[in-house]
Amino acid sequence: MTQAVLAEPAPLPLPDFGSEPWWLIIIKVLFVFVFLLVLTLLTIWGERRVVARMQQRLGPNRTGPFGVLQGLADGLKLAFKEDIIPAMADRPVYLLAPIVSTIPAFLAFSVIPFGPTVSIFGHRTALQLTDLPVGVLFILAMSSLGVYGIVLAGWASGSTYPLLGSLRSAAQMISYEVSMGLALVAVFLYAGSLSTSQIVDAQRSRWFIIAVPISFVIYGISCVGETNRAPFDLPEAESELVGGFHTEYSSLKFAMFFLAEYINMITVSAVATTLFLGGWRAPWPLSLFSWANAGWLPMLWFVAKLCIFLFIFIWLRGTMPRLRYDQFMHLGWKVLVPGALVWLLLVATARALSFRDFLLYAGVPAAVVLLAWAFWPTGGRQDRPPPPVERGTPPRYPVPQLDAEPLRRSAGKEVTRA
Amino acid sequence: MPSSRLTDAPGAARADAPGAARTDDPYAGAAESRRTTEGRVYTVTGGDWDTVVGGVEDLDDERIVVNMGPQHPSTHGVLRLVLELEGETCTEARVIVGYLHTGIEKSLEFRSWTQGVTFVTRMDYLSPFFNETAYCLSVEQLLGITADVPERATVIRVLMMELNRIASHCVWLATAGLEVGALSAMLYGFREREIIMDIFEMTTGLRMNHAYVRPGGLAQDLPPGTVEKIEDFLAIMAKRVDEYEGLLSANPIWIRRLSSVGCLDLTGCVALGVTGPVLRSAGLAWDLRKAMPYCGYENYEFDVPTSTDADCFARYLIRMQEMRESLKIIAQALDRLRPGPVMIGDKKIAWPSQLALGADGLGNSLDHIREIMGTSMEALIHHFKLVTEGFRVPAGQVYTAIESPRGELGCHVVSDGGTRPYRAHMRDPSFVNLQATPAMCEGGMVADVIAAVASIDPVMGGVDR
Repeated sequence: MTQAVLAEPAPLPLPDFGSEPWWLIIIKVLFVFVFLLVLTLLTIWGERRVVARMQQRLGPNRTGPFGVLQGLADGLKLAFKEDIIPAMADRPVYLLAPIVSTIPAFLAFSVIPFGPTVSIFGHRTALQLTDLPVGVLFILAMSSLGVYGIVLAGWASGSTYPLLGSLRSAAQMISYEVSMGLALVAVFLYAGSLSTSQIVDAQRSRWFIIAVPISFVIYGISCVGETNRAPFDLPEAESELVGGFHTEYSSLKFAMFFLAEYINMITVSAVATTLFLGGWRAPWPLSLFSWANAGWLPMLWFVAKLCIFLFIFIWLRGTMPRLRYDQFMHLGWKVLVPGALVWLLLVATARALSFRDFLLYAGVPAAVVLLAWAFWPTGGRQDRPPPPVERGTPPRYPVPQLDAEPLRRSAGKEVTRA
Repeated sequence: MPSSRLTDAPGAARADAPGAARTDDPYAGAAESRRTTEGRVYTVTGGDWDTVVGGVEDLDDERIVVNMGPQHPSTHGVLRLVLELEGETCTEARVIVGYLHTGIEKSLEFRSWTQGVTFVTRMDYLSPFFNETAYCLSVEQLLGITADVPERATVIRVLMMELNRIASHCVWLATAGLEVGALSAMLYGFREREIIMDIFEMTTGLRMNHAYVRPGGLAQDLPPGTVEKIEDFLAIMAKRVDEYEGLLSANPIWIRRLSSVGCLDLTGCVALGVTGPVLRSAGLAWDLRKAMPYCGYENYEFDVPTSTDADCFARYLIRMQEMRESLKIIAQALDRLRPGPVMIGDKKIAWPSQLALGADGLGNSLDHIREIMGTSMEALIHHFKLVTEGFRVPAGQVYTAIESPRGELGCHVVSDGGTRPYRAHMRDPSFVNLQATPAMCEGGMVADVIAAVASIDPVMGGVDR
């Protein structure tokens, strides 16, 4: 199969994009927009419920059935809040930043395939807004543009914490974009295309999570960093930088940052699904039946896979403390980027030699080793400095002997009578 | 003080400065600068403003001064930290306290000795029983009745203090976890504290600010069912401490955030007067319960956990271990509980009211009121005198220290022989330990400052009093 993909030149992206009737395009645009908004609301609700469950409390359960409408209520509340612009703020940039952050988040989703070709009011069309020969690059570009929103927000607020938050976020997103991009290159090598629909197509027989497991792990870690989510939520580290880049934002402008963060989370999950988990393709036992991969049903698989990723994002937040800035950079530049480069070299070699099973059998153990290396429990204790006081040198200040028995004195305390 | 400031030349009196050229100008080169403990101070007497500005120019302008607090999510209430940052590195940290000053010590001078308990319990609000006990021990010592306090009262004091220590460490785990970003640890900590709060509420009527320990004994005995409730708690808590450690002790991020962070070696601790878990993390097994036993602690079997790592992670481990040791002490205290009085027999000191649970909550026993109001004029007079005026305490002064969850909690009371303290002062461990903040933080990252302050576990109510 590998030989076949290599030999056969990749077909051009689906030709029917752009030739659809205008109303169909509007329906698709609206669908993507509404899908993202609704999923954001559900994710916020789900996050609060799931984290509450992990922390043995209830979470929101008053608004609507099981509290599902909580996100909507909060969003409405935010819209009616007083909109404060700090006196020190650079007004035009300050107003523009949330928009710069939100729009690319929406745009990135336009090349995500939701399902195969279906019939809508008699028109055969793919369940995808559009596709580009460089679809995945488009997604990467959009997520990079989103950083500008955060950086500008921090700078334009004219305040210390947002500035520190935006600096962190700029460094963080740029670093993690590198390892993210490198992780994806292995997928391109296998798929022979950067078009999302063709990548899904290339996973017909085997998902890329099996073909390039290490890329998946690297992508998974970097996308948490890319979206500023715990344990990599340094730009908005509440305990250090209060609110990070959005400290000075309120009302709808804050809501837009909030929305952008969740949409980014959904986008990276959708990209992971598309590139590694077969996109809308049915999971293995079901994929044996042809009906599972036809019609509207694949959208269900797609959303289900998306939700698994979102759950993992939430799970991480419930479990992990926050990394420190330097440790985070260490992980990005010294573990993920070299790891991705070495892995890429292996993939490229194996592809050139058409030696596909090597990766399958070497990749899984290697992924385990990489994970263990990155998160080895004793790792942090190794780089501790030597004991602060050298033995033998007299201390600068008189200190009691450590090996002495604990002092014992009778309960008689001094009482002086005047 | 950053080294660049130590080495740079004084900014004033530059040869090329325009002011210096005019020799007839009496103010030429008058902008003097000198270094003080507060930084560089400029004395400007006329002359050219540019000269002064030029002197400051060579300072590194990469630095940001961040005013962290008093309103900040992780400064434990209203602590204010002024940090000088170079990028993410903290080059200078200064602690500013006083935002929660309540005048408790001064107020104590205007209330009777017994009423003082109600004040001190509000100081370090996470360890009210320790404040009360420290204060009562010192008053009892001034009265010379230390030996007359009933055994049952002392055992219940120990019981309550150790429960309180666990509750306080639970809050530490919760807040420190939150500050390091471990959200779930926060909820777990508060979950177990809630059980202890229930026990406190059952015993004293209040979750905090109990005023339960009184000079001469306790406000009232344990209500029926308390012992069973505490036993249930012991069984739960032993498992829960293991759960905390299971969640955090091997967590790579938790280790990396805390180990080798906020280091303060033994010399530093002793020089700064730091006590409690911070001192024990530096290796010294200094625990007043062992070193200078009070309340019969010499009769209990427990260990003082120490470590030589002197970092935040060691302090975390020590606090976890201290919770286990407290559980041991509680179990022993429950065994020691014998029926008996909980207030001193001396009717001139013992608070005369008898509390009882009525339809509207805890209050004066109606039977008792009926008796003193209706049957005995002398009892009424006695009650009135003791409650309104209070008992007299012989003149003198005493310092009593106990081991609170944060370190040595000392109480220095001075009596001039009257019915009110002449002066009462608390040596609060949070206040003294906070001195160590710059020593722990400078040179670390911003995130380390947060972890280091969290490892001190300051309670601002105790710091400012």
